[in-house]
Amino acid sequence: MERTTIDLWVGIFVALGLAALLGLAMKVGNLTTSNLGDTYMVTANFENIGGLKPRAPVKSAGVVVGRVGDIGFDAKTYEAVVSLNIDKRYNFPKDTFANIYTAGLLGEQYIGLEAGGDETNLKNGDKISQTQDAVVLEKLISQFLYSKATEGDDKSSKTASTESGADALDASPLDKIGK
Amino acid sequence: MVLHKLKRLFSRLGAGCINKIWRLGAGARLFGLTLISSGESFRRFRLTIREVYFTGVMSLIIILVSAFFVGMVLALQGYHTLQKYGSSEAIGVLVALALVRELGPVVTALLFAGRAGTAITAEIGLMKATEQLSAMEMMAVSPIARVIAPRFWAGVIAMPVLATLFSMVGILGGYLVAVPLIGVDAGAFWSQMQANVDWEYDILNGVFKSLVFGVACTMIALFEGYDAPPTAEGVSRATTRTVVTSSLAVLGLDFILTSFMIAV
Amino acid sequence: MANAIVEIQDLSFGYKGRLLHKGINMTFPKGKVVAIMGGSGSGKTTLLRLIGGQLKPNKGRVNVCGEIVHEQDREGIYRLRRKMGMLFQHGALFTDLSVYENVAFPMREHTSLPESMIRDLVLMKLNAVGLRGAHALMPTELSGGMARRVALARAIALDPSIIMYDEPFAGLDPISMAVICDLIRSLNDVLGATSIIVTHDVEETFQFADYVYFVADGVVAAEGTPDDLRQSELPFIHQFVHGEKDGPVPFHYAAPEYHASLLRGAR
Repeated sequence: MERTTIDLWVGIFVALGLAALLGLAMKVGNLTTSNLGDTYMVTANFENIGGLKPRAPVKSAGVVVGRVGDIGFDAKTYEAVVSLNIDKRYNFPKDTFANIYTAGLLGEQYIGLEAGGDETNLKNGDKISQTQDAVVLEKLISQFLYSKATEGDDKSSKTASTESGADALDASPLDKIGK
Repeated sequence: MVLHKLKRLFSRLGAGCINKIWRLGAGARLFGLTLISSGESFRRFRLTIREVYFTGVMSLIIILVSAFFVGMVLALQGYHTLQKYGSSEAIGVLVALALVRELGPVVTALLFAGRAGTAITAEIGLMKATEQLSAMEMMAVSPIARVIAPRFWAGVIAMPVLATLFSMVGILGGYLVAVPLIGVDAGAFWSQMQANVDWEYDILNGVFKSLVFGVACTMIALFEGYDAPPTAEGVSRATTRTVVTSSLAVLGLDFILTSFMIAV
Repeated sequence: MANAIVEIQDLSFGYKGRLLHKGINMTFPKGKVVAIMGGSGSGKTTLLRLIGGQLKPNKGRVNVCGEIVHEQDREGIYRLRRKMGMLFQHGALFTDLSVYENVAFPMREHTSLPESMIRDLVLMKLNAVGLRGAHALMPTELSGGMARRVALARAIALDPSIIMYDEPFAGLDPISMAVICDLIRSLNDVLGATSIIVTHDVEETFQFADYVYFVADGVVAAEGTPDDLRQSELPFIHQFVHGEKDGPVPFHYAAPEYHASLLRGAR
């Protein structure tokens, strides 16, 4: 009698452990699929998605309306193909604009949708044609530095670089972004 | 006079060291004997299951409650720091990595040493003091095969299970603080976590760590009990030594294992 | 003796250079109850451990059933021990098992009998010591005398041919003592076993023992039947048997001269 209850408890114990391991694998680790309610899927092509990750939020006017699904690569156009799972309750016009934004300076990247004025709405499987790429900070800064340098060509290169260094952001975040 | 005192100090230090080394050797020998005599723990798995109940199931409450609080504190502390850099969404990663890689295995092992390890030491020590082990010997039953080995394997089985549960419950605690309480986005919490926690590199390495800690903590507890002088004082001191030695062993092993895992 | 089941020959044993036994010879014939008596600390219990093979002699040997104990490997010692049952001083019952499981323990470990047969055997053994009704109790719920009887039932679980008793009377009330005395004798005769009793309780032992060895200073100081020893003129035996305070065994532990010790303290 006593023995069977012990067996039972040990069984529950080990099962709990396995469930926790499974939980870690599915929910915490990167062995997973999303679990939104009823959604419809649209795709969007970007030339550069920056640091966008699957399951990142899709927001419109700051409200989360869906999640990023798969992120793939189109070998013909050399573009990133991002599928968005959007909640069935929210409909967006066909000419909706998809941007990749960054939350804060170092924060996570998400997709922002700006509704257009078209009469027909996006359906499952549709493609958003108007997109804007992620802002890649290194690119932006190097462009900025480059323009500054050409601007001040008559001045000595040394002062130009210190000036632009002061005008631009601190060096340390750049290092971090570079990585 | 001073010279004399110094001499005494050195001789005592030397004796202490020799004693420690002797005990290390004796412990290693018991470990070897336990491995050799383990057949019965698996042939009669009931014996081991019974011990899993006492070491594992009975430690469940303390492990789960601690895990919950550790997770909540991690989330609170982490949020206040991350928020300054505008990356409070990374809270999920912070909580999960801290728990899965370090705190899960280490804190579980420390709690295990205090909860199950001391119980094992006291039990074995008392069995020795009341001649139960001698009686077993005289009945032609090896106490190492019948008493030590099942407890050893039970500890080795229970520790990874407890550590995994610790990590999972800790992450839930962190989630409760970060998402409903502070208001971090739930999707960001999970998505950042999933993007940055690796199944093999983080989770399996953590489980492996806890397996090693299971071997170390259980063996230390068993050895201290088996080696304890058969008196009330002897058993109580052995119990204290179990906690001290296990804790040091866990922290030291943790460093060694971590440096290997990062190097590989 | 021809039918000796246990024989101790010229046995010496000691811890850390201090010899406890210095050439002991003893013979335990089949079917007899033999007592080993001596003062506290005279190494009586150690003798039992030597017979059981838990210790190795420095010199001499112990024969059990014609085999030399300390020359056996682990396997051989375990084989010999299966012929022995031992009652420890305080019973040494397994505190995490019930009375029933304690008695069943040797059977479960050494036989593969079906549960129903184990049950019958356990109840028979418990009945022999009069505790069949206590089979469901835990050892902590037993009195000292009852625990000793359960341990006895456990010791005879596999019908051993040698039963050893380590201080079976220590700390028992007179009634329990009488019960144990009676059990030792009757179990020995029923099982046809040989009993070896280590004790210092003269009166009880003399009532039922067939032969008695007295150990003092590491040697056998006297031996004989209880009646012989009662008549003994040896000063040590006289002191022991009649329980006199002073005699060859001094009241004082060896110490420096009394006067000198006190004076040193005063200085």
